[in-house]
Amino acid sequence: MTSATAFKRWRVKEPSIIPGFGLTLGFSLAYLSLIILIPLAGLVWRASSLSGAELLAILTDARTLAALKVSFGTALIAAAVNAVFGVLICWVLVRYDFPGRRLIDAMVDLPFALPTAVAGISLSALYAPQGWIGAWFAPFGIRIAYTPIGITIALIFIGLPFVVRTVQPVMEEIDRDVEEAAATLGANRFQTVFKVLLPGLAPAILTGFALAFARGVGEYGSVVFIAGNIPYVSEIAPLLIVIRLEEFNYAGATAIATIMLAISFAMLLVINLIQAWSRARYGHD
Amino acid sequence: MTRPARLFTLAAASLLATLLVAPQVMADTTLLNVSYDPTREFYKDFNAAFARHYKAETGETVTIQQSHGGSGKQARSVIDGLEADVVTLALESDIDAIAANGGKIKPDWRGRLPNNSAPYTSTIVFLVRKGNPKNIHDWGDLVKGDVQIVTPNPKTSGGARWNYLAAWAWASKEFKGDQAEIRAYIADLYRRAPVLDSGARGSTVTFAQRQIGDVLLAWENEAYLAGEEFGKDAFEIVVPSMSILAEPPVAVVDANVDAKGTRKVAEAYLQYLYSDEGQNLAAKHFYRPARREVVKPELLKALPDIKLVTIDDPIFGGWKKAQPEHFGDGGIFDQIYKPAR
Amino acid sequence: MTDRMLRKPHLRSPTDETLLTKLVLIGIGGSFLAFFLFLPLIVVFVEAFRNGIGRYWDALVEPDAAAAIRLTLTVAAIAVPLNLVFGVAAAWAIAKFEFRGKAFLITLIDLPFSISPVISGLVYVLLFGSQSLLGPILKRYGIEILFAVPGIVLATVFVTFPFVARELIPLMQDQGTGDEEAALSLGASGWQTFRFVTLPNIKWGLLYGVLLCNARAMGEFGAVSVVSGHIRGLTNTMPLHVEILYNEYNMAAAFAVASLLAALALVTLALKTLLEIRFDAGNAGGRRH
Repeated sequence: MTSATAFKRWRVKEPSIIPGFGLTLGFSLAYLSLIILIPLAGLVWRASSLSGAELLAILTDARTLAALKVSFGTALIAAAVNAVFGVLICWVLVRYDFPGRRLIDAMVDLPFALPTAVAGISLSALYAPQGWIGAWFAPFGIRIAYTPIGITIALIFIGLPFVVRTVQPVMEEIDRDVEEAAATLGANRFQTVFKVLLPGLAPAILTGFALAFARGVGEYGSVVFIAGNIPYVSEIAPLLIVIRLEEFNYAGATAIATIMLAISFAMLLVINLIQAWSRARYGHD
Repeated sequence: MTRPARLFTLAAASLLATLLVAPQVMADTTLLNVSYDPTREFYKDFNAAFARHYKAETGETVTIQQSHGGSGKQARSVIDGLEADVVTLALESDIDAIAANGGKIKPDWRGRLPNNSAPYTSTIVFLVRKGNPKNIHDWGDLVKGDVQIVTPNPKTSGGARWNYLAAWAWASKEFKGDQAEIRAYIADLYRRAPVLDSGARGSTVTFAQRQIGDVLLAWENEAYLAGEEFGKDAFEIVVPSMSILAEPPVAVVDANVDAKGTRKVAEAYLQYLYSDEGQNLAAKHFYRPARREVVKPELLKALPDIKLVTIDDPIFGGWKKAQPEHFGDGGIFDQIYKPAR
Repeated sequence: MTDRMLRKPHLRSPTDETLLTKLVLIGIGGSFLAFFLFLPLIVVFVEAFRNGIGRYWDALVEPDAAAAIRLTLTVAAIAVPLNLVFGVAAAWAIAKFEFRGKAFLITLIDLPFSISPVISGLVYVLLFGSQSLLGPILKRYGIEILFAVPGIVLATVFVTFPFVARELIPLMQDQGTGDEEAALSLGASGWQTFRFVTLPNIKWGLLYGVLLCNARAMGEFGAVSVVSGHIRGLTNTMPLHVEILYNEYNMAAAFAVASLLAALALVTLALKTLLEIRFDAGNAGGRRH
């Protein structure tokens, strides 16, 4: 059984009377390997069969670079918008009591629950030139759907709950004494919020920002419907992977996927580092 | 303490029940037809007709499943293991790709059915907005003023390749074979394409639904269909002075039918495309039937006479030459394609 | 941690903003949510019923749509329990024991969250495609994975992999090992300890994780789209069917199927809120994805 070998290999654990360590860890590792690690290793293996020059040629191809730029650029803007409005929404939800607060609180999670394809067709119906919102902008020559603005809007939709749900619990735990102390020492409300409260929330905001950003970079379902998919302009990296696959260009698909995978992994490490740092400094994550 | 457990059991039981009750109606024989984009409506009708015919003929029930997408993409799926019994794609070179990569189709497929295995043909026309506001009448008008063109991605879509080749054929005649001028024209054309969808259907949605662009380069049947779907007063079809003879071929996927034991019915299915009923249905859906003589004249009236260049014309030299030259990696399309930024 | 949802009534604290500031902030937040969250949801239902209830119903009972609904339920019914078992096992190992490499293991479990769904599908295409190493071998034994239900299930399991585990790990870490140690020292077996001590403690967190896992499993688009093959009535899940209908200019039907998924999302949110209201948020906390 895998559990027995796993038990031996992971011998370096603190002793405990609780049973099931070998079984549960063995099962977890086996399942993790089967579903996640082996398939990902397959991807990396496939990419490693490309020569360095080939890999470089694909990654420095103007279209690949443009797609990565679109993905990262729109995800960055969307995450930044979400960081600002997400914190504001958190503030409203945590500090104020008003009719419908609970409803709004519940609805913030909608993007987690709503399938991305549904969000995609619905957003493009809204923001298309003849859509409910798009129609207001069309007379001024402003196009939202099928441009990078459309992508950004889809990513704002997708990323909002990451910021709100990361910041909210931390904001709820803020000790009001700190604010009172600041007020007593003569700080006005503006100073208290921006010089005292927000710095304390920074790690949580940063984590939420990073989570929204990571999700935005990889997002596909909601974006393809609203993006317009114009190479060099509104073509996102995940779509380029799909296009390369459809063109029988496995090398291209694999290379782009590998670089995105590496970036995802790096993002995750960064997020974990922020949290570790915040735990060490502020005692919460 | 047992409440959550009961809850789980209940949930699990109800889920299981849903699955068991869900009727999995399995017909005697099932065929999978992997096709390209604009054939959806045609095969919906044709599959019903064939099932009726086959039942009457042999007493067996056959169900046909469909998969649609850009032609190149569909070929990729078949190469990767999509269990197609028959492929009805937009281009010879896509079926050739299946034959070349993994050999699921024997290389001689093109000679097995009449008309180079193309039971119907089509061509490329323009779809413009009502009243033709940009005054587009021929290929030359596409690169005038601020005209925006909607066409799919030639890398993934068969129709897009026919669009490209039709434009090339016109330019070749217009510029008397001057390569530099032809390339400049094609480059200009694609610079005016704000969107490159992966299939013809995606482009039609872009043009008709999303209201992007002034002209859609479309399969003739797709253009008529868009007219029907969105109302006759939304669009006009413009027939250019010349176009290309598009031959969407069909083939049995040898490796798959032999593994599944469906060769007989798969071959009957493709044969039936050439029957009187199959040909009339094709014409009804605005395809140009291979056997015009068996088709009701009123169905043919909708399909105007156009001067059509074939892929075997010396300017292209057949798919085997044209495919790598124009659409291969680093081919002419890759060289000239620099979309507006 | 545990009083996360217990809002102390700070109505007129000296550190409050003026009423006007409050109203402006609520207004900004509310409009932002209205534009980005509420309106898209409303559009789905408006478009779905645009042509009347009759057409709406027709779109749902149409055989391909019905098959898509069935497939989506089947896939979720397989993927969710698999990830449930994994989630419990992983949380047990990680929360109840101290061992080296734990942080790295948690990062690995989180990985699917930050991987593009397209890549999640691609890895299985590379693994099981006809051009791969495994594909032809499986083919010889008549095992179909890619472009068939198993591939769709695998891609879904990949994408929804962390949901239950991610919900349970912080929860079980918070609860510590005291209860279990007490039960064990009183002579309970390991299984009994889990069944009668641990499970009741984590049941709401577990339900919460399952809820989110299920919502994502039924709604996954990118990963499934890459492995599905798009065979109508056979390998089309509901989100893929929405796309197909959308590409057939059949907006009303596309939004009809989409509205079912949106309704599912609303039910998910309602149940989730219920869980949070009734059972202290500490049970349903953690990082929510």
